[in-house]
Amino acid sequence: MMFKLTRRQTLAAFSAMAPMATWSPDVQAATPRDALVIAKSIDDTITLDPGECYELTGIEIDTNLYDRILRYEAEDLTKMVGGVAESWTVSADGKTYTFKIRAGLKFHSGNPVTAEDAAWSLQRVVIMNKTSGFLLTQLGWDKNNVKDLVKASGDTLTAVVPAGFAPTLVLNLMTSIVASVVDKKVALANEKDGDHGNAWLKTNSAGSGAYKLVAWKPNESITLEAFPGFRMGAPKLKRVIMRHLPEPGAQRLALEKGDIDVARSLTPDQLTPIKANKDIKVESFAGANNWYAIMNLKHGPFADVRVRKAVKMLIDYQAMANTFLKDRFFVHQTFLPLGYFGATAYNPFKLDVAGAKKLLAEAGFPNGFEVKLSANTNDPFPQIAQAIQATLAMGGIKATIASGDAKQVIGEIRGRTFQMALISWAPDYFDPHTNADFFVNGADLSDPPKARTGPWRASWLIPELTADMLKAARELDGKKREAMYVELQKRVTDEGPYVWMFQNNWVIAMRSNLRGYPKGLFEDLFFYRTISKV
Amino acid sequence: MARRLAAPLRRLGGVVFSVILTFLGLTAVTFVIGRFMPIDPVISIVGDKASTEVYDRVYKELGLDQPVVVQYATYLSKVVRGEFGNSVMTARPVLEDVWRVFPATMELASLALIIGVLVGVPMGVIAATNRGRVVDQIVRFMSLLGYSMPVFWLGLVGLLLFYAKLGWVEGPGRLDVAFDDMVPTITGLITIDAILAGEDEVFFNALGHLILPASILGYLSLAYIARMTRSFMLAQLEQEYILAALAKGLSPWRVVWVHALGNVWVQLITVVALTFGSLLEGAVLTETVFAWPGLGLYMKNSLFAADLNAVLGATLLIGTIYIFLNMLSDIVYTLVDPRAREPS
Repeated sequence: MMFKLTRRQTLAAFSAMAPMATWSPDVQAATPRDALVIAKSIDDTITLDPGECYELTGIEIDTNLYDRILRYEAEDLTKMVGGVAESWTVSADGKTYTFKIRAGLKFHSGNPVTAEDAAWSLQRVVIMNKTSGFLLTQLGWDKNNVKDLVKASGDTLTAVVPAGFAPTLVLNLMTSIVASVVDKKVALANEKDGDHGNAWLKTNSAGSGAYKLVAWKPNESITLEAFPGFRMGAPKLKRVIMRHLPEPGAQRLALEKGDIDVARSLTPDQLTPIKANKDIKVESFAGANNWYAIMNLKHGPFADVRVRKAVKMLIDYQAMANTFLKDRFFVHQTFLPLGYFGATAYNPFKLDVAGAKKLLAEAGFPNGFEVKLSANTNDPFPQIAQAIQATLAMGGIKATIASGDAKQVIGEIRGRTFQMALISWAPDYFDPHTNADFFVNGADLSDPPKARTGPWRASWLIPELTADMLKAARELDGKKREAMYVELQKRVTDEGPYVWMFQNNWVIAMRSNLRGYPKGLFEDLFFYRTISKV
Repeated sequence: MARRLAAPLRRLGGVVFSVILTFLGLTAVTFVIGRFMPIDPVISIVGDKASTEVYDRVYKELGLDQPVVVQYATYLSKVVRGEFGNSVMTARPVLEDVWRVFPATMELASLALIIGVLVGVPMGVIAATNRGRVVDQIVRFMSLLGYSMPVFWLGLVGLLLFYAKLGWVEGPGRLDVAFDDMVPTITGLITIDAILAGEDEVFFNALGHLILPASILGYLSLAYIARMTRSFMLAQLEQEYILAALAKGLSPWRVVWVHALGNVWVQLITVVALTFGSLLEGAVLTETVFAWPGLGLYMKNSLFAADLNAVLGATLLIGTIYIFLNMLSDIVYTLVDPRAREPS
């Protein structure tokens, strides 16, 4: 049986199927002139309390919400200056630090910023001892002694570091997120069960930074509003909105339409065509993240330093940097990123198949061996893994790539169940000890460890190098200290379980009417207050 | 009297029992999957750099030192008391989170379903009445495309065409920055809230943001609805009463759209209800491309962070939705089909 509807009936039916065909709103793009809209993924944000925050988005936001005891300011990102502290002195033995707090500073609440606020802020980090707590507890402070060692008196904050560290190390810690000064009165007014205001501060702010928090809507946006009473003057833009826009393709379209001002996660295939657009400019500057592979010495072959060297010679660093990593990364083979005190451009390894084969033969692996290479699925880890797999095979090393979520790969590394893994590292503060303490602290490999440092993860027992690293942390003479780090890096690069590969560049695409985007190495230096629109 | 009440009470008891059993099954399976996933929930909270001391403390705070059965029992006892816990990813109570993200998905899914039904059903009917002809082939081809096209790609191409090139719709997100927080949240559905607040501009902006992701999701659902409608209609059109109606001189239009389709609705209700359920469950990829802060995205992020409280809370919500939709379709079924009302 065949039913035949008339043409008019069929048309009527189709017209019912297109109720939205007439939809054509007058869409207007462009962000407000007094607001900055940044697009990136913000799903790593789990707290904005500067006493515990340790996720990259959170640190960046807190950099703008809270002033710190000392700072590297946007005007000169290489020079340490006072934050809430006007001046500071260090005793001759390097153990007592005295900070004079500026007069007349105000929190967003209108409360005055005092030395007591600064002391309390440091104390709460140590007492709460969350993820970032180790930054201060490494100075010998704990919940029992911190109130005696960190004190306020009038306009002066005094901090005693009994263990005695290099002054640059301690002062640099005072520029890190744990030295954010929290409004004690506001935090305590919102305290619950003696939590030092922690639960409240996760989603609210009580600082004296250039911006104050309006709202953090998880997976949606973080909105900041300018604080006119900021110590260095009112920020140029009244509002900053960080929008959760994880998909790079969508970021590019929104940037081209003018719905966002800054796109932070564009990949090369989006960056190349966008460069032709005169409404958009791309700024690129060095970051401080290291991208490296770690070898587990418990996996037989890697216990031999000759095998580790051979692996380092079976990677074509430059080819990767010239192709799929172009603009985003450059070859850098030491644990301190360029831009750091003590950093050195020491890049001894390049693809040398014959040399690697010789070393493998000497080590008893003339035909290579098999290894599992764990890598997370985030760009560009998969491409790096494939490139390494191909060049390792030239030396007879058969690598099987095991892809997984980033947390899964980290879990394997922390559990020491990996064989070889690709991973990246972001430093915690602006002093070489931040990376040295992680990558060269390996005097004790017992389980459970005090800290799951790089050597512990790789089962690399190095009591002598560890002692040298700790000496460098305590060296009072700047020149000597710098030379010690250079030496340490060379030894770790040559012998260690790490295959240092790249340092990152931040590649930021933005509307061309934007000015003053600061070129910070890492999130502690991502300031918004200097950005303006013309 | 007592006897008259006994049957409905027994029925109610049966429903309550099956609901409880469903929830227990849902939470048990989710709990086990969540706990055996190769992701460490402690790392999600403390990060990779935490000291062993901090790691161990949080490990204990989460109750992970207890056997899984004990953890599950503890969780259940809290849920019974109405405590769903906090999400570690958002630092907020799970109920508050779910209440915040669900309206975004509800708004998206509802419009998608409306599009799916309004377009899918006529498509299915036209295909069935033109079986084997060009129109039928076109409808089948479009349905097949809807089934096989990766939504991620479709979303991006949609954005490129309708947002970037033609400028017909707004971009990702639920609202433009300029309109953020302009209307008070009453229902959580921004379009409705804007109407309630009398803010035309906000309404049109929200609709501009909503229309593209909803159309894409609607297209995917219409593919299913059109196919099912076609097959239901084909079965109806073979029936003798159709022949009788035509023989009596009724117009083919009336026979198809009133008589045949009238009988198909009964079956379509289940299809539509299930489609709505799957749309509400969250379209993770659509929500990712369009930066739509809905339930799908929330669940995905929670799952990847092994944020079990959040995953379980959202799972229970989805379970509730499915149970509710099933019950609703049963009720509507009874209303639409007189045979279902007759005593057996």
